[in-house]
Amino acid sequence: MNAQNLPRWADIGLLPVLNILAALVVSGLIIALIGEDPFRAMGVMIKGAFVYKGALGYTLYYTTNFIFTGLAVAVAFHCAMFNIGGEGQAYMGGLGAGCAVLLADAILPGFLMIPFAVVFASLFGAVWALIPGWLQAVRGSHIVITTIMFNFIASTLIVALLAGPMMRDGQGAPETRPFAESAQMPYMHDLMAWFGIEAARTPLNISLFLALAAAVLVWFIIWRTRFGYAVRAMGFSPGAAEYAGMNSTRIIVLAMALSGALAGLMASNAVLGEPHKLVLNFTGGYGFTGIAVALMGRNHPIGIVLAALLFGALTQGGTELDFEFQTITRETVLVVQGLIILFSGALYYLFAPWVARVLNLTAKKEAAT
Amino acid sequence: MKLLKLAAAAIVSAAAATTAFAAGHVKPAVIYDMGGKFDKSFNEGVYNGVKKFVDESGIEVMEFEVTSETQREQAMRRFAERGATIILGVGFAQADAIAKVAAEFPDTKFSIIDVTWLDAPNIRQYGFKEHEGSYMVGVAAALASKTGKVGFVGGMDIPLIRHFACGYVQGVKATNPNAEVYQNMTGSTPSAWNDPAKGAELAQSQIDRGADVVYHAAGGTGVGVIRAAADAGKLAIGVDSNQNGMAPGSVLTSMLKRVDVAAYETFTDAAADGGFETGVRVLGAAEGGVDWAQDENNAELVSAEIKAAVEAAKAGIISGEIKVAEYYATESCPVQ
Repeated sequence: MNAQNLPRWADIGLLPVLNILAALVVSGLIIALIGEDPFRAMGVMIKGAFVYKGALGYTLYYTTNFIFTGLAVAVAFHCAMFNIGGEGQAYMGGLGAGCAVLLADAILPGFLMIPFAVVFASLFGAVWALIPGWLQAVRGSHIVITTIMFNFIASTLIVALLAGPMMRDGQGAPETRPFAESAQMPYMHDLMAWFGIEAARTPLNISLFLALAAAVLVWFIIWRTRFGYAVRAMGFSPGAAEYAGMNSTRIIVLAMALSGALAGLMASNAVLGEPHKLVLNFTGGYGFTGIAVALMGRNHPIGIVLAALLFGALTQGGTELDFEFQTITRETVLVVQGLIILFSGALYYLFAPWVARVLNLTAKKEAAT
Repeated sequence: MKLLKLAAAAIVSAAAATTAFAAGHVKPAVIYDMGGKFDKSFNEGVYNGVKKFVDESGIEVMEFEVTSETQREQAMRRFAERGATIILGVGFAQADAIAKVAAEFPDTKFSIIDVTWLDAPNIRQYGFKEHEGSYMVGVAAALASKTGKVGFVGGMDIPLIRHFACGYVQGVKATNPNAEVYQNMTGSTPSAWNDPAKGAELAQSQIDRGADVVYHAAGGTGVGVIRAAADAGKLAIGVDSNQNGMAPGSVLTSMLKRVDVAAYETFTDAAADGGFETGVRVLGAAEGGVDWAQDENNAELVSAEIKAAVEAAKAGIISGEIKVAEYYATESCPVQ
């Protein structure tokens, strides 16, 4: 009995719910063990993610990051490439955005500066994924190994640049100078205020729209274009695709570049959107979590947006958990988040055999009556 | 933010303060940085100061440890929204966040450690005269050295660390004008704060050239410096917190940077009746902000002569007789 035998609704609907429930049960046990009420903790987490003042803004801010990195992983996955370099590609995206802004924010007005920086971010991310893609396609260097190594190279490179030529003058912190206002993504609360709606001050900015647009674009490219068809064909069977006359090198390299560009776009949110300067570690592991997001979202843009929302809510709700309970530390929060990733990522098909058996039994009963 | 590991103070002073607290009006909050409150270094020093305040006053302090860039500002705003009356930020990485949130909540008081350049009416800022403490341990190093050669191992090569080195060299030269000081920086990236192997290597090379006392201002890298000195039978000098116990008998003393004093003072001032004074406070030897460490671990190493000389230097700095030049003032050091 394997997952392929499951009806589609059970595969994409029931299994994720079961996985999250299992993770929540285990988390609840851990919280009870610490001596807190798990139901109260759950309430705080949900309210912390959606209800409290500004909570939704933070949740959606994190969601935006996860949409970009989740889409990045998914696009590569459709080409049977396991891109785990989202972290490094996003980091390089930040460098691209940072370079563009530091060069031009004194000259360009906002409506030119922001698109310019965004294009640079995706370009840097694309190049950072394109090289491992090319190495895989031409030299057969395994994409998993090369993308991991490129994460290290990106992080070392940016540390060296931020501690050296890009460091803000007159101080010791490894970060760039703050960006001029023209290079700052408009905040959502400012936008809402424009329409007369008062919203809490949060880092949420219009990058969310960019992320949603990227999701639509990915859907269109993968399922509605010749290139997307080739990517999927390559993903199903490289041999068959080549036999059909497709250029495998070109497709792999382009798919990886697209994947990297999406990861790099994360910088539009996490660099241009909030800190308004390039700092160390702004990627904060979102690139790696993107793998879980894509897995949970079944590599489909709609699934990814929903999974990203879940992970965004977890990140923000977890912070509130830390605020609310003195006994629950940031390490405990990390355990809870880790369990959900474990159950919905690594153990995705844990419950599949049982679900299939239950479904089969009911199906047989229906057939008998 | 490995940089934060640089600065630390660990021991809670034994002096029992008996301040009258106006409990009920004050709601303090502290935001530790990435290292976490038990980092054996900077954050933990602040934690010790906070704990002393809690133990003495019985007032609860809200705490948060940040895990990502975004959370600094979020935590600060969240505490302000929850009615915190005084919010303490730890380390210069929180400078931008505190400036932003302080402007949004003009009635809330803020305080930050290791930041002195913000311009806001409701922020108290703490800086430390690290050069004065370094001068004091420089005096001790010069007297303890038999070869007349001493070493300095810095972490990341930034002005702050040259500032440490400069005070140290001045202390050494004032005591023994013929002394030689070897100086090495571990690196030019933040990884230089946490590279004990490289620290040990640099200390060893200085020892090979004749140095028999090595002072470090290198965060986690310093662990290697202390180990190398202990292995070679030479002396090391610790930094920030009291590191005398890391290799008893091999650590001559430690240069203390009392961030716990800053944390304690912030909350007791906020809890006491009367207004909370803001502005920049630079803590030097006179204010008890920097000091040298004496305990049972180094009692045998510190001779009466060393003790008298360092105490004299400290008194001289406090009275103003001894002026320790600041690296920052000229971006260079008057002695090498």
